[in-house]
Amino acid sequence: MFSDDALLAEIPRLRRYARGLTGDAARADDLVQDTLERALRKGRLWRPGNLRAWLLTMMHNVFVNQYRASGAMDFRPPEDLPEVAVRPQQLDGIELRELERALQQLSPEQREVLLLVALEDMSYEDTARILGTPIGTIMSRLSRARERLRQVLAGQSAVPDYLKVVK
Amino acid sequence: MPRPICEDDLHAWVDRRLDAARRAEVDAWLAEDPARAARVAEWRSDSDALRGAYDPLLDEPVPARLRASLERRRPMRTLRFAAVAAWMTVGALAGAGVGYHLGQSSAPDGDTLASLPHRAAVAHAVYSPEVRHPVEVGADQEQHLVAWLTKRLGAPVKLPDLREQGFALLGGRLLPAADGPSAQFMYENDGGRRLTLYLSVRDDGAGTTAFRYAQQGEVGVFYWVDGRFAYALSGQFGRDTLLPLANSVYHQIAP
Repeated sequence: MFSDDALLAEIPRLRRYARGLTGDAARADDLVQDTLERALRKGRLWRPGNLRAWLLTMMHNVFVNQYRASGAMDFRPPEDLPEVAVRPQQLDGIELRELERALQQLSPEQREVLLLVALEDMSYEDTARILGTPIGTIMSRLSRARERLRQVLAGQSAVPDYLKVVK
Repeated sequence: MPRPICEDDLHAWVDRRLDAARRAEVDAWLAEDPARAARVAEWRSDSDALRGAYDPLLDEPVPARLRASLERRRPMRTLRFAAVAAWMTVGALAGAGVGYHLGQSSAPDGDTLASLPHRAAVAHAVYSPEVRHPVEVGADQEQHLVAWLTKRLGAPVKLPDLREQGFALLGGRLLPAADGPSAQFMYENDGGRRLTLYLSVRDDGAGTTAFRYAQQGEVGVFYWVDGRFAYALSGQFGRDTLLPLANSVYHQIAP
C-alpha cells in the first residue's frame, strides 16, 4: 500500500491532467477526487512500482465510466462528430484558454493520448498500458491528435471565436 | 543502410525521445521536405505550448476538498477508540456471560472459548483500521504467509478464499495470546470494509462446536471450534451478512 504522502504528492499532476481532459477547473477536481477515492479503495491491488502510472490508469477508468454513464462523452472518431460551436469557457491565461478550447475539439480518446505523451511525459508503452489499448492504436491516435490540434490552433488565430464552427 | 523513417520516428522526434544517431537520420529526412518539416515542427511547438500553459497548474495549492478525500479514511481511528472503550466494558461482561452460558467457565477449554470472541474483536478493532500496516505479511506472499503461520502456530493453517463473497485477502499477522500464538487474516471488500478471521490453537486437540454469535460493541463475531483450531470471524457487519461468510470459511477450512 502506498502512503498518504505519496498520494498527496501526485495530486498536482493528476489535477493538471484532469484539467486537460475536462477543460474545466471544477470538473477536473471532481475527476481527481473520484480518482483518489477509487485509488484508496483499490489500494491493495497496487504493487510497488509506478504509482503515477497506476493513478493515471485509475483516472482513465473513472473518466471513461463517468462520461459513458452521463452520455456527455462521445466515443465516436472525430470524423463522425457533429459540428459543434466552440463554447466559451471559464478562463485563466490566454494561452491556457486557447489550448483548452482547442483540446476540446479532439475526441476524448485523442485527448488522453496527447496529454499523457506530451504533457505527462509518459512513454508510449506506459500510455498504452494506462489506456488499456494496443500501442499501434496509441500511435495512430497520437498522429490524429497532433494533426487535429495543429489544424485547430492554426485556424484559431485567423477566425474570430464567435464565427468559428469546428468540424 | 538506415532504417526507413516512419510515423513513430516523427513522434519520438517531437517528444525528444530519439537517440542522437536516429535523430540525425530523421533531421536529414525532414530536411528533404520543408512542408513535412514544418508540420512536424508545429507538432513540437504545440506540445511545448501545452506544457507552457498547463505547467503553472502544478504550482497551485492542493484544494482542501482533495486533501479531505485522503483524510476520509481516518475517522476509522476514532472508531478504534470507541471500540476499545466498548469492549473494556462489554468484553468483561460478555466473557462472563458466555462462560456462564456454557456452564463451564472454570474448565480451561471453556475459558478459551468464552474469551474467544472478545479476543477476536479486540484484534479486529486494533488492526482493521490500520491504513498503512493492516497486516504483517501481504496477500502477495500468500504461500509464505501460510507456511509461516503454520510453523508458528504448530498446526496446519488453511487460508480461506472469500473473493466470491466480494472480499479480497489483504494478508495476515501473528498475534500474541496468553495461551500461545494466534493469528489473524484480514480481508477487504470493494467498499474498503474489512473482515478478520482470528485463529487460535487449542491444546486438547479434537472437538467441534456449533457456530456461536457474539456482538462485541460494533463488532459482530461468529466463532466456533473445529479440530485443533478455534476460529472467530469478525467484522462491523450485521449477523445476516456475517453468517454466510462464516459458513464459507467453515466449509473451506474443515479438516
